[in-house]
Order: sequence, then structure tokens, then C-alpha cells
Amino acid sequence: MSKCHVTATINGDEVEYLCEPEETLLDVLRDQLFLTGSKEGCGSGDCGACSVMLDGRLVCACLVLGAEAQGRKVETIEGMAHGETLHPLQEKFLEHAALQCGVCTPGVLVAAKALLDRNPDPTETEVRYWLAGNLCRCTGYDKIIRAVMDTAAEMRGN
Amino acid sequence: MRYEAPQTLEAAVGLLAEAGDNGRVLAGGTDLLVQLRAETIEPEIVVDVKRITELRTVSPEDGGFRIGAAVTGAELGEHDGLRAAWPGVVEAAELIGSTQIQGRASLGGNLCNASPAADTVPALIAADAVASIIGPNGRRDLAVADVVSGPGQTALARGELVASIRLPSQSARSADAYLRFIPRTEMDIAVVGAGVNLTLDGDGRCTAARVALGAVAERALLVPAAGDAIVGSTLDEAALSQLAEAASAACRPIDDKRGTKIYRTKVAGVLARRAAEIAQTRAGERA
Ligand SMILES: Cc1cc2nc3c(=O)[nH]c(=O)nc-3n(C[C@H](O)[C@H](O)[C@H](O)COP(=O)(O)OP(=O)(O)OC[C@H]3O[C@@H](n4cnc5c(N)ncnc54)[C@H](O)[C@@H]3O)c2cc1C
Ligand code: FES
Ligand code: FES
Repeated sequence: MSKCHVTATINGDEVEYLCEPEETLLDVLRDQLFLTGSKEGCGSGDCGACSVMLDGRLVCACLVLGAEAQGRKVETIEGMAHGETLHPLQEKFLEHAALQCGVCTPGVLVAAKALLDRNPDPTETEVRYWLAGNLCRCTGYDKIIRAVMDTAAEMRGN
Repeated sequence: MRYEAPQTLEAAVGLLAEAGDNGRVLAGGTDLLVQLRAETIEPEIVVDVKRITELRTVSPEDGGFRIGAAVTGAELGEHDGLRAAWPGVVEAAELIGSTQIQGRASLGGNLCNASPAADTVPALIAADAVASIIGPNGRRDLAVADVVSGPGQTALARGELVASIRLPSQSARSADAYLRFIPRTEMDIAVVGAGVNLTLDGDGRCTAARVALGAVAERALLVPAAGDAIVGSTLDEAALSQLAEAASAACRPIDDKRGTKIYRTKVAGVLARRAAEIAQTRAGERA
């Protein structure tokens, strides 16, 4: 079967790749582009470990075909820090020890950033609902929620 | 497998018609990709319809709305006009999955996947929504209530797809509501879903009502007897318990890990009643 030739903007850079029609965006990111920050937890949309931004929307990369990204903008965890400077969310996750094994962390960070970009002052309930599609088997969520709330407060300047 | 992303409806219909039983529409992929991966389906061609303008647009029409079949739940939630006119349909769409799933899941996909527990289908049936279907023989309208014929089965013919879904204009004191029951607060499939759309007169008396239930039969059901139970009333206790009874009586559910038949039947009545009360409050606020 013929492969799909795709040109997409990934973390600000124009990227070209060839993929099988049934290959997911997650597989393309990880196996072809070696952007292995996005994780595969379930492959069925349930865990959120593969969360990326597609044209400004939070999605599960395991439920997007690689071919669908033609002409679109994709943002992954690899684009979150600026060089050596971590995003405030990344700093706060370290400070609050909001991760243990770290498998959920890239997805949680991408999802949390999507929330704070549109709502700089979320309530705890809003944070919990927004992140309901990001499963974590380690932390019990509390530290994650605190880290997000604390980042939001800091970014608002108080 | 082949992947195509045509820009026009005509091209999409052509590709699907050519593929016969081996073609699949791809909207948000939140059902389709799961099925592809599980190999429960093995299409030869997947036709991504998200580059077709009509499928991605919400527009006002004759006092109501035409919603592109591939518009996402997140986009519906951000549409203030739609949210104000059809809060029940929008709340049903927003119940689908997580934030990530919301970024992709569509009404067309929710409908055509034909799960008996699909959340938006009872809300759309209560709203008397009509699907605009296009295929090799042109366009036709079909009430959403008649699109699904059984689990995983639709009334779409070969080569047909749902282009858009039309919500009618609402009379002044009308409103809808959707409630579902799940054992957790997020990320689960309906044990029961109930959609109600009703109209009140100046004295708060109900002049029309449509009640639809999900997850209690092989497909979502319109329950005319439940609507009739409150027409002519002010939704007093007697009318509401009749509505609940009629809703329960219409159920023919299955037992599964989420709920037993007896439980689903009981909950359907309770939920339909509560949805009617929410719709009543909303309609009352719209003088
Ligand atoms: C984690 C998770 C949670 C979920 N939670 C819920 C939930 O709470 N409630 C709920 O109801 N559902 C839920 N779902 C199921 C799914 O998200 C919804 O059914 C969604 O609305 C499907 O829309 P889609 O655009 O992704 O459809 P797709 O996956 O693209 O398509 C679904 C099916 O419909 C067909 N199709 C799609 N569009 C058209 C069209 N325009 N014309 C003809 N055929 C078409 C496709 O060929 C396919 O067979 C969940 C799924 C996941 C993965
Ligand atoms: S890997 Fe995509 S949601 Fe779990
Ligand atoms: S830190 Fe291990 S899954 Fe979240």
C-alpha cells in the first residue's frame, strides 16, 4: 500500500514524513520523529499519556492518524521548555514532586498548559475536570492539582 | 488501507460509493480509531471528512441551527448562540469523554457509531433534530430518531454520509435538557440517558413535550407516552410521576456490568423526570 506524504508544523518547525495510512500520529511522533516524550499508555483514548495539541486543540495522539496532520500544527511536550528554561508548569511539577514514574507527566503537562492558556485562573474543580482524561497510577493526583493551581497563581503574579 | 481527505461532499460520496462496504467515514476518530486498532473493522479506505466546509460549520438557519456532522464537542460548547438555544443538546455533547476526546468527537460520529448509549442521540431526538444525508442519489432528510436501527447499525445506504444535523427553531418558552447517569463523575458510558424538550404557555402549562431515552434499548428511544403525560399540566407531582412511569415502561434494557435491567428501568423514570424539571425551569426563564 502506498504511504502518505505529510508536511506538518511540529513545535514550530516544518517537518515532512512518510507514514502508513493506518499509522497513528503518536507512532509517527515516537518512532519516526523520535519525539518520545508523548507516551502510549492505552492506545484507546482513555489515559491521556499521548496528549498533544493539534491546531490548538488538546487531543489524544493515539486517536489521530499521522496522515491527518497534513498542513496542521502539532505541539508536543518537547516544545514546552525554551532551551534550558523550563515552562513554569514544569518547574512547579518538580517543586511539588508532582510525578513519580513520570509516564503520565508529559501528557498532564501538555493538558495543563492548554487549560492555563485559556483560563489563567481556574478553580480546583475546573482543573480536576479538565485533567479527568489524564490518568496517573502513582501520585494520587493531589500533588498534580496543587502544582497546577500554584503555577496558575504564580503566572498571574501572586 | 487507503486514507483520503477530500475537500468536497461530492468527492467524499464518490470515494465511499466506489468502496462499497469497504469504506468508512472518519470524523473525530474517537470510535473509529479504537475499532481500527482492535481490528473489529478493516476498511480498505478511510474518508476523512474534516476538510469539507459543510461538515465543519455551525450556522443559523430558519431560526434554528445547522450543525456540521464533524463539528467537535468542544466547538459546540464554545458556540454561545447554540448553547443558549439548545442547552440540552450542548450539555449532552459536552458529556462525551474527556477534554481530549471533546477536541475531536462529533455529533455525526456519535450518531453513526450507533451505540445504544451514545449521549447526544437522546438529546437530538428530544430536540426533533433532522439529519441531512448525502449519497450517490443526492440529498435526503431523515429524523435523527430514524437514523440508528440497532447496535452498530444505521439506516444509511451504501455511499451515504451524514453531512449536517438541523435543529429546528424553538418557540419562545421552550427549552431542552439532557441528563445521564454514570457510576463515576467523568469518563464512563451511560447506564441511562434522558433528553427532554418542552414548551410552556404563558401560564406555565406544558403545550408540547418530547422525551427520549438512551442505553435502555437496542437504540435510543422516543417515548411519546412520557411526553404526553406532562402535556396540559404544570408539571405537578401527578404528571411527573406519570412521565416517570411511562419512561420506565418503554425500557427494554440489557443486564451488564454497569447496571441490571431492573435498575436501568427504575433510573430511566427518575432521570426523565429530573430532565423535565430542568427543561421546565429553563423554559420558564425564557419568557
Ligand atoms: C475515552 C473515550 C470516552 C468516550 N466517552 C463517551 C461518552 O461519554 N459518551 C458517548 O456517547 N460516547 C463516548 N465515546 C465515544 C465517542 O467519543 C463518541 O461516540 C464520538 O461522538 C464519536 O465521534 P467521532 O467524530 O470521533 O466519530 P468517528 O470515530 O470518526 O466515527 C464513528 C463512526 O461513525 C461513522 N461516521 C462518523 N461521521 C460520520 C458521518 N458524518 N456520516 C456517516 N458516518 C459517519 C464512522 O465511520 C464510524 O463508524 C468515548 C470514546 C472514548 C475513546
Ligand atoms: S495512549 Fe492515547 S489516551 Fe492512552
Ligand atoms: S507519575 Fe506514574 S503515572 Fe503518573
